[in-house]
Amino acid sequence: MADLIALQEAIIKGKRNDVPGLVQAALDEGMSPQTIINEHMILAMKEVGQRFEQKKIFVPEMMIAARAMQAGLEVIKPLIGQGGAGGGLGTVVMGTVFGDLHDIGKNLVILMLESSGFKVVNLGENVPAAKFVEAAREHQAKLVGLSSLLTTGDPYVKATVAALKESDLSGKVKVMCGGAALTPRFVLEECQADGYAPDAVAAVRLAKDLLGFA
Amino acid sequence: MQTVIWSEKKRVVIGPDQPVVIIGERINPTGRRRLAAALEAGDMALVRDEALRQVRAGAQVLDVNVGVSGIDEPATLILAVKAVSQVTEAPLCLDSASPKALEAALGAYTGKALVNSVNGEEAKLKEVLPLVARYKAAVVALTMDDQGIPRDVPTRLAIAERILNEAAKLGIPAEDVVVDPLAMSVAADDQAGLAALQALRAIRDGLGVNQTVGASNVSFGLPDRTAVNAVFLSMAALCGCTCPITDPTVWELRRALLVADLMLGRDEFAMQFIGAFRERSEQA
Repeated sequence: MADLIALQEAIIKGKRNDVPGLVQAALDEGMSPQTIINEHMILAMKEVGQRFEQKKIFVPEMMIAARAMQAGLEVIKPLIGQGGAGGGLGTVVMGTVFGDLHDIGKNLVILMLESSGFKVVNLGENVPAAKFVEAAREHQAKLVGLSSLLTTGDPYVKATVAALKESDLSGKVKVMCGGAALTPRFVLEECQADGYAPDAVAAVRLAKDLLGFA
Repeated sequence: MQTVIWSEKKRVVIGPDQPVVIIGERINPTGRRRLAAALEAGDMALVRDEALRQVRAGAQVLDVNVGVSGIDEPATLILAVKAVSQVTEAPLCLDSASPKALEAALGAYTGKALVNSVNGEEAKLKEVLPLVARYKAAVVALTMDDQGIPRDVPTRLAIAERILNEAAKLGIPAEDVVVDPLAMSVAADDQAGLAALQALRAIRDGLGVNQTVGASNVSFGLPDRTAVNAVFLSMAALCGCTCPITDPTVWELRRALLVADLMLGRDEFAMQFIGAFRERSEQA
């Protein structure tokens, strides 16, 4: 009997070297990739998110957990032929807005989204509004995430949200924003985005909320 | 090399043979809801409060940042600069990502300010350096450019050098450029602290300029942030940081810098350290 408790524990503790073996053991016993991901691995990441929000663990621990998760996903990927945690929750396009080169927060959100079951298209930093729209269309994304650390990014956050809402994707794609410069009021009222998240764990919860995964 | 800035009434000298100059960071609404709300309402009482508290705690220069989403930044920055100047004599570090706000604040400020900041991005060099030259101010130069924030030391050194060259073309001398080699969070990259310290050293040894760091960044995402910041600050002082941007009202941080000065032979007969200790015991 594969030790699924050990698998969850290994993800939570960020044991990147142990996770692939434990995943393989579960696969060898005939457990389906979807079951392993959805019922065990993602559960572990949920626990990581909760502990982070309760300040029981800290950013580096969240990062190594996400990496351990991804090491496990690497084993499963060839079997299901998709990126991320199967990408079962749909595609999110992520980027740092035009004029801003900060990547740490955005990459942390990507890591957490991927390990929670989303497929993520990373547009990088300094991304113009048109590129967000193009990528969302091309990848049939359900959600676009904007990161902005500088107050100079404000007009670009606004312009990017507007570009998405005014495009042919209007109604088909939601927009969430986060980053040090942004306030919920500015994001929600002034930019009319669909959601604001103050950190990576909140971003995952928001993404699920916006797309109807409770 | 000495960087000298001043307000109407006070002159501050930053240099490797001087005690560390603390640039007080608290007038900044990022992550501070109350201050953000006060600034949005145009209420400067809290700004004045923060100015006084920091100067009493040993800040010699005050950073003034009013970057709240959607705010009229030029107008608010002028208000804040005037409010701070009413209650303290400390020279100011005018902090904005918006060249318009910087220009407005420079126009409203009496003295020689420190402008925060320029970096190696083409647009920034073009927009900010001419302002610095026109108002004969000093400027903080962040070692990042259009390619992003470099992780490695040689690239940071090269960007600093390039900004110094561009500044020199406009008649801004090297002593009026204070480099910030960008200390990133060690929570996201456990080599980030070492890289920042090595960059400080390389820039000091290679260019001889004064340097600042935003010390609060390094501890982002970690527990016991004050301890992390304090140890980093004293290490940074050793490596060539002469004017950190930090919170002097947190005693552990101020103490770390006082001890650093003492250990680096910049505190004659330990008078600064003893004086601060005594002042603190008397308050308690």
